[in-house]
Amino acid sequence: MAPRQRGATDPAGERELLSAGDVARTVARMAHQIIEKTALDAPSAPEVVLMGIPSRGAPLARRLAARIAEFSGVEVAVGTLDVTLYRDDLRRGPTRPLEATSLPEGGVDDRLVVLVDDVLFSGRTVRAALDALRDHGRPRSVQLAVLVDRGHRELPIRADYVGKNVPTARSEDVAVLLEEFDGRDGVVLR
Amino acid sequence: MRHLLSTEGIDPAQATAILDTAANLKRALLGREVRKLPTLRGRTVITMFYENSTRTRVSFEIAGKWMSADVVNVSAGGSSVGKGESLRDTALTLAAAGADCVIVRHPASGAAHRLAGWLREAGTSVVNAGDGMHEHPTQALLDAATLRERLGEDLTGRRVAIVGDVLHSRVARSNVHLLTALGAEVTLVAPPTLLPAGVADWPVSVSHDLDAELPSHDAVMLLRVQAERMHGGFFPSSREYSIAYGLNERRLGLLPEHAVVLHPGPMLRGMEIASAVADSPRAAITDQVRNGVHVRMAVLYHLLAHEEESS
Repeated sequence: MAPRQRGATDPAGERELLSAGDVARTVARMAHQIIEKTALDAPSAPEVVLMGIPSRGAPLARRLAARIAEFSGVEVAVGTLDVTLYRDDLRRGPTRPLEATSLPEGGVDDRLVVLVDDVLFSGRTVRAALDALRDHGRPRSVQLAVLVDRGHRELPIRADYVGKNVPTARSEDVAVLLEEFDGRDGVVLR
Repeated sequence: MRHLLSTEGIDPAQATAILDTAANLKRALLGREVRKLPTLRGRTVITMFYENSTRTRVSFEIAGKWMSADVVNVSAGGSSVGKGESLRDTALTLAAAGADCVIVRHPASGAAHRLAGWLREAGTSVVNAGDGMHEHPTQALLDAATLRERLGEDLTGRRVAIVGDVLHSRVARSNVHLLTALGAEVTLVAPPTLLPAGVADWPVSVSHDLDAELPSHDAVMLLRVQAERMHGGFFPSSREYSIAYGLNERRLGLLPEHAVVLHPGPMLRGMEIASAVADSPRAAITDQVRNGVHVRMAVLYHLLAHEEESS
C-alpha cells in the first residue's frame, strides 16, 4: 500500500491521524510513561497488571507489555476484561456478542491495574470496566491508558496515559486500526 | 430474538451466537468470587411450571439471578391454576404484573407457542422449558454446548446417536433439529415401538441395533424411559429394554476413545444407563447440568438485553 500523506482526506472520506509508524512510536512512549509513573522497575514496585478491553484494547495491552519488558526488563501481567455485560446501553441496540475475559494468574487483588483501550470517548466503557473489575477483586489502584482521547466525556473520567488527543466532532468516528484486526496499524477519522 | 419456542427451523447463526455467549459467560464467571452480573437488573423473569422439574426450574432460576433479574416462580400446585384459571388468563395476569419474560413448562405440546401468541401485545418474551412431547430447546442447547466443549467448537460432521424413548421425548426432538442445524449427523437408535410415526421425514438415520452403531459415533445421548407417558406395552420388560438399549460397560468399550456420553436426566440407573457408565469420566452428565445454567443465562441475554423489536 502506498504511504498516505498525514492529514490528507482520501476518496473514502477518511483522514489519517496516525500512521503505522506513529502508532508504534506512541505505544513506545506510553510504555515509557507507564514505567515512569508506576515505578514498576523500582525495588518496592507495585505489581502491575495491564487489562485490555476487547476488542482492540486487548492487543494494545499486549503490545504495551512487550515494550515495557523491552525498556525495563519487567514482565508485567496481561489480561483481557470484557465489559459488555456491564454496559448501560445494551437496550439501545441489537444484541452485542460477548468477548473473552481472561484474568492473569493471581488475579487483580492488591495489584495496580492499568485498563487499556483504543479510544476514550463518552467514558461509559471505562465506567463499565470499573464495575466489571470490582467483581473480579480489589485492585490496589486502577489507572487508564488510551491510544486516542477524542473528548466528549459524559462521565467524570480521565485517562492517566494518552497516546494522542484528537479534537473531534460528535458526529465523526475515530477508528483505531490494528494489524490483528484490520491488516494494518493506524488511526483514521471518518 | 423475541422468544425461544423450538429449535425446529432455528437459524444456525443464532444458535451459534447463543452457544458462544454461553461459553464466554462460563469463562467470565470461572473462579470468580462474585458470580453475579448486573446485565438484567430491573428485568422480571417468571417461571411457570405445570409439570414436575428439578434441574430445569432451578437452572433457569439461578441463570436469572446470576444475571441480576428478579425471578419469580409460579407452580401449578400453589397458584390460581388449582382454582381452574386457564393458561391464557394466568399468562396475561403474569404479563400485566410486569413479567419481561415467561418461562413455561406444560404437559401439552404447543403450549409455549400459544402463550407467545397471547402475549404478543404485552411484549413479553416466552421461553419453552418443555411442552409435552414436542420440544425442550434449552436442553438441546446445553447438550450442544457440552458437545462443543468435549469435541471441539465445530460440530459439522460429528455423529451423535440418540438412544431410547424417542417417541415421548421432547429432548430428542429439540436435539435432532438443533444438532442437524449445526451440521452434526444424528442417528436415532430405538425399538420400532418407541419411534414417532413421522420419523422417516426427519433429517436423521434410524437404527434398531445399538452395538452396531456405537463404534462410528462421537457421542451417545441416552433418553429416560418415560413411564409416566406410556399407557400400554412399548417393550416386554424393563430388563429386556436394558439388555437391548441400555448403555453398559461392555457397550462403553465399543465407543471410540474420544466419545462422550450424555443424559438429560433424571437418570434411571440400571435401566437406560449402567451406574458405572454414568459415573465414568466419559459421561458428561454433570457438565450438562453446569452448562445448563450458562446456556440459560445466554438465552435470557439474547432475549432481554437489546432494544425492543417491532414485531
